[in-house]
Amino acid sequence: MDRPGIYERLNDIFRDIFDDPGIEVHPELSSRDVEVWDSFNHINMMVATEMAFGVKFKASEVEGLKNVGELVNLIETKLGLQRQ
Amino acid sequence: MHSAELYWLPEPAAFSNLVASAQAPETSPTERFALLHAASRLRLDFVQTMKLERCIARLGEAVSAPRLRVALIGDGTLQHMSPAISAGILRRGLVADMHVGSYGQWRQETINPSSTVHQFSPDIVIMWLNGENLAPGLPFGASRAEITAAIADRIAEIRGYWRKIRETSGSAIIQVLPLPLEPDVFGHAERTIGSAPGMTRRLAEAELSLAAEEEGVQIVDLAEAARHIGLDRIHDPALLHHAKQDITPAAAPWVGDQIARVAAAMRGRSKKVLVLDLDNTLWGGVIGDDGLDGILLGQGNGAGEAFCAFQRHLKQLLARGVVLAVSSKNDMEVAEAVFRDHPEMILRRNDIAAFEANWADKPQALRRIAAQLNLGLDSFVFFDDNPAERQLMRQELPMVDTPEVPVAPELYSRCLVDAGYFEAVALTEEDTQRAGQYAANAKRQRIESSATDLPSFLRDLQMTLSAGPFAEVDVPRITQLINKTNQFNLTTKRYSEEQVCALLNDPGAVTLSARVADRFGDNGLISVIIASRSEDVLDIDAWLMSCRVLGRSVENALLALLAKRAAEIGARYLRGRYIDSGRNGIVRGMYESFGFRRIDEGSGGETVWRLDLEDIKPEFPPYFNATTRSGEA
Repeated sequence: MDRPGIYERLNDIFRDIFDDPGIEVHPELSSRDVEVWDSFNHINMMVATEMAFGVKFKASEVEGLKNVGELVNLIETKLGLQRQ
Repeated sequence: MHSAELYWLPEPAAFSNLVASAQAPETSPTERFALLHAASRLRLDFVQTMKLERCIARLGEAVSAPRLRVALIGDGTLQHMSPAISAGILRRGLVADMHVGSYGQWRQETINPSSTVHQFSPDIVIMWLNGENLAPGLPFGASRAEITAAIADRIAEIRGYWRKIRETSGSAIIQVLPLPLEPDVFGHAERTIGSAPGMTRRLAEAELSLAAEEEGVQIVDLAEAARHIGLDRIHDPALLHHAKQDITPAAAPWVGDQIARVAAAMRGRSKKVLVLDLDNTLWGGVIGDDGLDGILLGQGNGAGEAFCAFQRHLKQLLARGVVLAVSSKNDMEVAEAVFRDHPEMILRRNDIAAFEANWADKPQALRRIAAQLNLGLDSFVFFDDNPAERQLMRQELPMVDTPEVPVAPELYSRCLVDAGYFEAVALTEEDTQRAGQYAANAKRQRIESSATDLPSFLRDLQMTLSAGPFAEVDVPRITQLINKTNQFNLTTKRYSEEQVCALLNDPGAVTLSARVADRFGDNGLISVIIASRSEDVLDIDAWLMSCRVLGRSVENALLALLAKRAAEIGARYLRGRYIDSGRNGIVRGMYESFGFRRIDEGSGGETVWRLDLEDIKPEFPPYFNATTRSGEA
């Protein structure tokens, strides 16, 4: 799956979890920008992401994430997709 | 299949459309319920259960459905379980209004009578405590007496909270057992060293289960339910420590369904009838093609042994009161011959209460079975290895539960268990006798068609009616009957066991329960009336009867007895109500046929009726040979 594909799936997950059909994910998006992105929904979002991509995050990997861009990097690492 | 998913439910391809249609403004409240009910019976993941719960919350009263108020309290994070529990309850035909207690506040919320939990006035409280509340941590080497005393303390405390909930809210209670999360200290010896954490937990669980039985509390044991798929499928240690979640959100739909099936069973929503296909369902191969010696059944062949094991499971379900029926595309003689002549058959012809072997389509066959057994199709499960038959059944009779059947017969029993259709809240004497009762009913039906007229049929049955005020010994059966009877039920008011018990000592209450026996067997306790007197009126709050004895004039007999009781206590009028539940159409005209006059029309399909006992003296029908009246007050 390429990077736009990952963003597309995250978009669906964000719309479902945060109950907002107008949400558009982008690399800088963070919990400060979404009112209902609280700790409860954060866990729901992370678990839904794990299920959607068939990956498992460690608590230490997730704790430092600052925004969606970093989450996408993590997903790519987990999928073995990260070039560089 | 070994993941925590609802594999017995069909793929959720239609989910989004169903939810969207339910929210469309032109959809009627009844249709909304049908659409949401259909959506809940798909293989939902936790995000979909969240969407379903939000949709129900948005629609609120714009959904017309029977409701159940459920409070969830405990000391972990439980908020994420609410959508899954409510989806599981909807799957069983009830819309749940959910309230989740505040984190870590369950003690205060239980003790304080004006807490938000009690103000919510729940029908059911789910108490979900973690391990520290149940099993005391003891120094290793503690004596047996110390261990017993420490556990007794914990159980007494929990029992105290149960009672507090009862006294304050009158709610029924479900106690969720803590997951066995404590690490082993002694290895396998955890089971034999009394002060080992694993051992204290097991002892405490056993004591708690005994206490629950005494108090009428239902136990949910998730670790036991998850033993085939494994605890790791439902529990994530990282989420326990970082979010205080015992259950990972990914497994919430599976766990929520386990709890929901118990809650629904307490409301009489368990299934009653299992309709089985024959070829490749009860045996391997096709009897019409392979013949008696060609089908796979019994020793010497792996698949043949698996079909036998499935039949043994069915025989056990039968013994505890599940009604078995057959619907097969076969010739009757060919199909019945297997039951009669195959030496390895575990199920016998007499075990099958209704047998449809013909070439008509299966939805038609199920309609006939429902008519023959006098049971609603919404209490049916249809088990067939053929996906095309399942598809047709779901389309034609959506009220029937039609599970996805695993390809391997080795997994058939597990599929029925995992789907949780036949959840029991108690085992009554009636349950263990039901199989015989349905077989006797089939014989009664044969006389009915041979008897020339109804009165001679009824006399021919040589019925004995025994009726009187509620007796304490009958309370479990009375409660069961009140909560599971849907068709012959004038008001569909449900009473908890505590509420029924309270009636025993209520001087203003007039209660009547009745048993009927006939020459084919004892039908057991089959009808209940609850009334209360206000001045010269005897108000009938509940009147219901098992459909097993429909058309036997039992209701006429009870009306005569009720009128007699009214006269004895000086009441001149009987007043009754009919509340349309969507399932009780057979008694819509009952009061009118008895000569009651309609005096009022309430909202929502409710009518009020009154009988002036100075005008009409209800007569006791002549078909009951003897009338004994136990417990005459």
